[in-house]
Amino acid sequence: MTKTRTLLAAMSVSLLASTSAFAGDVRIMWYSDGVEGDVIQDLLNRFMKDNPDIHVTLDNVAYKVIQEQLPIQLEAGQGPDIARVTNIKELAQHWLDLRPLLADPKYWDDNFADTLDWMRPDGSKAIPGFMTQLTLTGGFANKTLFEQAGVALPGDKATWDDWINAAAQVAKSQQLPAAFAIDRSGHRISGPNVSYGANYIGSDGKPAKVDDGTKAFVGKLVDWTAKGLMLKDTWVSAAGSTYRAAADDFINAQIPFYYSGSWQVANLSTKIGDSFDWVATGSPCGSAGCSGVKGGAALVAIKYTKNPKDVAKVMEYLAREDVVKEFSERTLFLPAHKGVVAKGGLKWVSTDKNVGPALDKFVKAAGEALPAADALPPWKWANAYFAALVTRVSQVMAGELTLDDAWGKIDQDIADKVAEAK
Amino acid sequence: MSGVVTFLTRRRGGRGWHWTDVVSWLWLFGGLVIMFGPAVWLVGSSFKTPAQLAVFPPTILPYVSQQAAVEGYDKPLTLYRVKLPDGSTKVLAEARRVGIVAQMVDPQAPNDIVKINIANRQPVREIGFATENYTEPFVHFDFLRYLRNSVFVTVMATLITLLTNSMAAFALSKYKFRGRDLTMLLIVGTLMVPLSVILVPLYSVVGAVGLLDSLWGVILPTVATPTGVFLLRQYMLTIPDELLDAARMDNASEWQIYWRIVLPLAAPALAVLAIFSVVWRWNDFLWPLVVLSRKELYTLQVGLNTYAGQLNVQWHYILAMTVVTMIPVVLVFVFLQRYITSGIAGTGLK
Amino acid sequence: MSGAATLKEWTGAALAAPVAWLASIVNVPLKAWQRATGTGGMAAFFLAPNMAIFGIFVLVPLVINFFYSATSGTAYFLQDRSYVGLEQYRRLLDCGSYLDTATCREDLFWKAVHNTGLFVVVQVALMTVVSMITALILNREIAGRSFWRAVFFFPVLLSPVVTGLIWRWILQRQGLLNLIVHDLGGEPYNWLTDRFSAFTAAVSVSVWAHMGFYTLILLAGLQAIPRDLYEAAEMDGTRPARVFWRITLPLLMPNLLVVIVLALIRAVQIFDEVYVLTGGGPGTSTLYVTQYIYEIGFASLLRNPGLASAASILMGLVLVVLTLLQLQVGRRGERKGQRE
Repeated sequence: MTKTRTLLAAMSVSLLASTSAFAGDVRIMWYSDGVEGDVIQDLLNRFMKDNPDIHVTLDNVAYKVIQEQLPIQLEAGQGPDIARVTNIKELAQHWLDLRPLLADPKYWDDNFADTLDWMRPDGSKAIPGFMTQLTLTGGFANKTLFEQAGVALPGDKATWDDWINAAAQVAKSQQLPAAFAIDRSGHRISGPNVSYGANYIGSDGKPAKVDDGTKAFVGKLVDWTAKGLMLKDTWVSAAGSTYRAAADDFINAQIPFYYSGSWQVANLSTKIGDSFDWVATGSPCGSAGCSGVKGGAALVAIKYTKNPKDVAKVMEYLAREDVVKEFSERTLFLPAHKGVVAKGGLKWVSTDKNVGPALDKFVKAAGEALPAADALPPWKWANAYFAALVTRVSQVMAGELTLDDAWGKIDQDIADKVAEAK
Repeated sequence: MSGVVTFLTRRRGGRGWHWTDVVSWLWLFGGLVIMFGPAVWLVGSSFKTPAQLAVFPPTILPYVSQQAAVEGYDKPLTLYRVKLPDGSTKVLAEARRVGIVAQMVDPQAPNDIVKINIANRQPVREIGFATENYTEPFVHFDFLRYLRNSVFVTVMATLITLLTNSMAAFALSKYKFRGRDLTMLLIVGTLMVPLSVILVPLYSVVGAVGLLDSLWGVILPTVATPTGVFLLRQYMLTIPDELLDAARMDNASEWQIYWRIVLPLAAPALAVLAIFSVVWRWNDFLWPLVVLSRKELYTLQVGLNTYAGQLNVQWHYILAMTVVTMIPVVLVFVFLQRYITSGIAGTGLK
Repeated sequence: MSGAATLKEWTGAALAAPVAWLASIVNVPLKAWQRATGTGGMAAFFLAPNMAIFGIFVLVPLVINFFYSATSGTAYFLQDRSYVGLEQYRRLLDCGSYLDTATCREDLFWKAVHNTGLFVVVQVALMTVVSMITALILNREIAGRSFWRAVFFFPVLLSPVVTGLIWRWILQRQGLLNLIVHDLGGEPYNWLTDRFSAFTAAVSVSVWAHMGFYTLILLAGLQAIPRDLYEAAEMDGTRPARVFWRITLPLLMPNLLVVIVLALIRAVQIFDEVYVLTGGGPGTSTLYVTQYIYEIGFASLLRNPGLASAASILMGLVLVVLTLLQLQVGRRGERKGQRE
C-alpha cells in the first residue's frame, strides 16, 4: 500500500511539474460564440512568429467557465494571464493595470476612451485591457415576410407600438404564431426601458427603485405577451435569470420582428442563408428616445500573472489598429477602437448581402443610445438589476405574479444583493 | 429462417403463449422506439449543418437542398419544386430571389426565366451528411490528447473506486464493530450532497492538497463514491456468513476471504459499479472544468464544451463530438454487462 | 458465442495473473497485521483507504459548507466573508405560511421545495415501477437479451445536457412530437409552456434518462436469485404472481432498497436535464431545489453563496431523515425476507 502511495505521489508531482509556468509563457482563457477562436489563434500565431521568445497558449473554454469558474480562481489569486470576459466591472479588482508596462498608453486612452471605464474600478485611471467586441441591442425584421403581407417596414422614428402593430399585421396575414420576440434577458429589455424614460441608477450610484419608465415598457411587454403578440415560449419556458434566445424562431420565419443585438448578425447570416431577406432596424422609439444598450466582451490582463511584461506585449499587439480591424472584419464584430470606427471602410468578410447593411446600421444606431443606457455598462449593479428584472417579469408573464407584486419583488431582490455585497 | 422464428418466439417454459409473453414483447418493442429512437435521432442530427439544426419542424434525417449545375451560371443553383400558375408542378432551379419573387429557370432550357412567388416553391431535398461536424473538430481540437486524458482519468478512477469501495463495503457488511452504523449513516448521508453545493470548499481543499491543474485532482475527489459503497454493501449482505466462516476454518486470512470469496461472489454488483463508474467519470464535466484550466489536461467533455459560447452554442460540433465520445462507453458496457450474468454462473454456487 | 468466451477467458487470464500475484504479495504483511490486531483491526484496514479519501474530499468540504451558511457576502473564500450566525436560515425560513409560497421572504426557494416534493414522489414511484418491469422482462429467457439490455441502458450514457436538449427539440412548439401529432391529424400542442405537460415531461425525461441504471441494479439482484427456487415453485404449480410476491420480491429487497434510496436521492438532486429541458419553466413550475441553489450560489448575477449553503444544508437534513426512514423500513424488510 505504501508503495502505491509513493507511486501515486510521484506521479502527481510529475504531472504538476510538467504544467508549471515558464518565462515567456502567456496563457489566454478564451470563449467563442462563433469563429473568433480560430481568428484570434491565427493572429496569435503571427505574433509568435515575430516574437519567438513569447509562447502564447489559447485555452478555449466554455462560456460557463468564464462566468462561473474564473471568478473563483481569481479570488484564489490564480487564473490565466489574460482572459476574455463579460462581467468586467464586477471583477475589476483582479485586472492588471497595463499603463506602466505599455509603450504608448496615450494610444489606449485615445482609442478606447469610452470603454475603459467599463473595466476599471470607479475613479481609477488603469488600463486593464480593451473590448474585443462591442455590442448594441437592436431589432431585426424579416423583410420578405413584410413584403409578402404587403405591410411597409416602419421607418426610423417608429415607436415600439408602431413596430408591434405592423408586425402583428404581418403575423396575422402570414398566419405566424406571434408578431415578435425579445431574448429572455434583462439586458435586452433595458434599452426599451430607457427609451421610455427609465433610469436604474439612483443619485448615490446605488440601484434606484423600479421607476415609471421601466413600468411603462414592461407593462406593454406583459400586455403583448398576454395578447399573444409576443412569442410566449422564450420568456415563459425558463425560470430564474436563465438566458434564452429567440433567434431560432426568427431564423425559421416564425416571427417577423426580433429584438436582440448586433452579435446575432453572423449567426443569422449562416443559418438563414437565402431563405429570406432581413434587415437590422435599430431600436424602436419610446417616449424618451430610441435607445439600445451597449455591451460586449473585453480582453483583460490579470493581476496574478507572473509575466506582466510579456502579457503587455501580447495585449499591445492585439490592440493594434490593423489587428483590431482584421479581427472585426473576420468575426463580424463591431470594433470598440475609435480609430478603426472613425476611418470606417471595414470590409466585412461575408458574401451575404444582408450582413454589411445590418452591421452598418448598428454602428449608426450606437449614436442613438441615451445617456441612461450608456451609464449601464460601467455600472457595478447593472447585472444584478437585469437578473432581478428577468426573473420576476417572466413570472408575471406565466401568470404567477401580478405586475404590482413584481415591482416589490424586484426592488427586494436588488436591495438584498446590495446588502449582501457590503 | 424457421429457426430464427422459433428462436424469436421462444416462450416461457416452452408452453403456449402466456399473456406475460405478449406484455414482454410489447414492452421491449415500445422500449426500443422510446429509448433508442431519440438516440438514433441524435446520431442523425449530428450530421446536420447549423442551419438544418435550427429548422422547424426538425427533420429525422439530415437533408440538404439539391443543387444542379445550369448552363450560363457560375455556381450550381438550388432546385425547387414549383407550382406553376397553370396548376402543374415542375422542378426548376432558382437563379436569384428578389424579395418575394424568385426568378427560376428550367435546367434543361436555361434561357427562359420564370417569375414565381416564393410561397409557391419548395426546395427539393436529398439526404446529405455534414461530415465536417466530425472532421473540423479533429483539426482544431486536440482530440487525441483529450482522449488520452479522459481514458487515464476513467481507468484510474474506476480501478481505485472498485478497490476502495469494495474494501469498505466488505468491512461494513461483514464485520461488527463500534461505529459501524454511524459510518454507514455518514456515507449514505453524503450521497445526497450535490457537487455544485460543495464546489467552492472542495476547490479550496484540492488547492490546499496541491492537486489543482492535475489529473489526479480530477480523479481522487470522485473515487470514494457513497453510491458504490452503498450498492456493494447491500449486495454483500446477501452473501451468507457461513461461507466466510467455513473459509476461516480453513485458515484463510481475512484478506484472502475478501479477495478470493467475497469479490468473486460480488462480481455482478462490481460489474454494475464498474459500468457506472466508467460512465460517470467519462461524462464528468463540472468538476474537471473547475480543476483543469490548461488545455493540455482537458478531458473530452471539457474540450467539447468549448463550443458553448455566451450567446450562441455551436450544437453541430457538440452533437458530433458527443457521438464520438459515446463510442468507448458503449463498448465498455457491452463488454462488462456479460459479467453481470456470468458472475453468478462462474462461481459454481447456485 | 464460444469464440467470445475463449477470448474472454484468454484476456481474463492474462489480466488476472499479475493481479492475483499482487494480491498474494499483499497478503503477507496483512496476515501479520491480522495476527497483531485481530479482526477488528482488519475492519479498520478495509475501511481506511475509502474513508481517508472520503474524509478529505467529501467530509471536510461539507464541514466548510456549514461555516459558509453562517456567513454573508459575495466572496467565495471563507476568510473574506463576514459572520452572520443564523441569519441566512432565518431568511430562508421566514414565511407567513409554508403552504403559500407567496408569503415567504425567499418565495423562489419555497416554490422550489414544493415543486421538488411533488416531483420526487411521482418520479421515484414511476422510476421504481418502470425499472422493475423492465428488469423482470430482461431476466426472462428472451431472444437477444444483451441487445435489449443495451437498448434500455443506452440513455444513461448520454450526458444530461444532451438528454435535455434532444427532448427539448422533440417537445418544443415546432418539435418532432408536434410534427407527428400533426401528421396524425391532431392539433399541435405547446408541451413545454403548459404547467402540467411540462411537469410530466420533466418526470418522464428523467425516468427515460436514468431507468437503465436502476434496471441494471435490479437485474443483478434477479440474477443472484437461485434458479432452483423458481424450479421448485413451478413444480408446485405456484401462480406467477405469487412467485413474484413470495420469492422474487423478498429476495430482491436489498437491491430494491438500493434502487429506491438512490432514485430518491437523485430525484431530490434533479437538475441538469430538467434545467436544459424546461429551464424551470413555465414560470417557476419546474424550478427544483438544486437549480435554485445553483442559481443563487453560482450562476445568477444575484449570487449569494451563504444563502445557497444554508439552502443546501436544509435540503441535506431533509434527505438524511428520508434516508433513515427508508433504511429502517428496509431493515424490517430484510429481516422479514430472512425469516421466510
